[in-house]
Amino acid sequence: MARISAGIGSSHVPAIGAALDGGRTAHPDWAPIFSGYEWTRKWVAEHPPDVVILVYNDHASAFSLDVVPTFALGCADSFAPADEGWGPRRVPVVPGHSRLAWHIATSVVLDEFDLTIMNEMKVDHGLTVPLSLVFGQPAEWPVKVIPLAVNVIQYPTPTANRCFRLGEAIARAVRSFPEDLDVQVWGTGGMSHQLAGERAGLINREWDTRFLDQLTADPEALRTMSHEEYIREAGSEGMELIMWLTMRGALGPKARELRRFYHVPASNTAVGHLVLSPEA
Amino acid sequence: MTPQAFQDIPGTYVFTGERAIEGRQLNRFCMSLMSAPNRARFRADERAYLDEWTMTEAQKQAVVNRDFRALLEQGGNIFFVLKIAAVDGRPTQSVAASFAGQSTEEYAAMMRSGGRNPAGLKSISGRF
Repeated sequence: MARISAGIGSSHVPAIGAALDGGRTAHPDWAPIFSGYEWTRKWVAEHPPDVVILVYNDHASAFSLDVVPTFALGCADSFAPADEGWGPRRVPVVPGHSRLAWHIATSVVLDEFDLTIMNEMKVDHGLTVPLSLVFGQPAEWPVKVIPLAVNVIQYPTPTANRCFRLGEAIARAVRSFPEDLDVQVWGTGGMSHQLAGERAGLINREWDTRFLDQLTADPEALRTMSHEEYIREAGSEGMELIMWLTMRGALGPKARELRRFYHVPASNTAVGHLVLSPEA
Repeated sequence: MTPQAFQDIPGTYVFTGERAIEGRQLNRFCMSLMSAPNRARFRADERAYLDEWTMTEAQKQAVVNRDFRALLEQGGNIFFVLKIAAVDGRPTQSVAASFAGQSTEEYAAMMRSGGRNPAGLKSISGRF
């Protein structure tokens, strides 16, 4: 049977992808970030997943405001990098896992999570930057990816609790897939940041640290936290952190922190990173 | 439609349904810049390209002036208006800096020293 072996939380700052693609990984602005992921690169190489369910948000790339799905699951065989306004990132096309994706779609919809099924979708930095941070610059991605795009840029966004419960439903779906697959769930985005308005550049290290503590030990407070509080404390784009709750929900009641990394800044953003393992 | 609570957070735009209604055509224009041929046409004659869209004159002027604060005040979504900066080859940091009236250098220095401290910037009413 398929099983969820680990959860990874990671920021997906586009400038990190640009630094990697532009060969600036040794620049003092970027070197601490890439070295902060070295532990994880090694750990994932030793514990390679077959499939990553990658929870992220689209940034006006695959979705205009014509159609705004709250949750959209990528069921295609492959996902091409999107042109985000300056040409697509030169990274490999992302291979999908259609059969597991359709199984998840079927299971969670019958479980009353009505998500949108995507048979054709381009993926932007929200999805490809975490892949780059963990896998570097391979000729082909060494894993199949099921993208789960969450709307966090057009209010109303889903509640943190809804994201958590979707993670639980995804875990039930994965456990009932008959093939022997090692599946990781990644929650991406955040940490505290705000791109617009007079608070642009906001970083709340204290709040971020508490979020990282609570996500593993006691996610209850984060599940019930209001949108207002996420935005007030972590900035308007810090709202992305609700996507980490889906990862946490998929791991079950208890999880153990294997790795934590936190760094300020990457461009406008606090970078946060966790590797968690589910505990029986 | 707008949750009242968001209005208590200073200097922050939450892209609600009300903003989406106001910025519908502006954000559609921004999305059109995702295609390379459209970017080329916009660069060649900004005004002519803008006139293909049923945006308000004030929205068009804000695009021409690259006034990102005005764009957000008139219904622009940050991730859509950033497409205009991408056409200019302008980094996101420089747009972010413009909101707070900082130079890109000042803003970058602030970020390197830990970012903008949220103390005193959480609530207009003083509740937080």
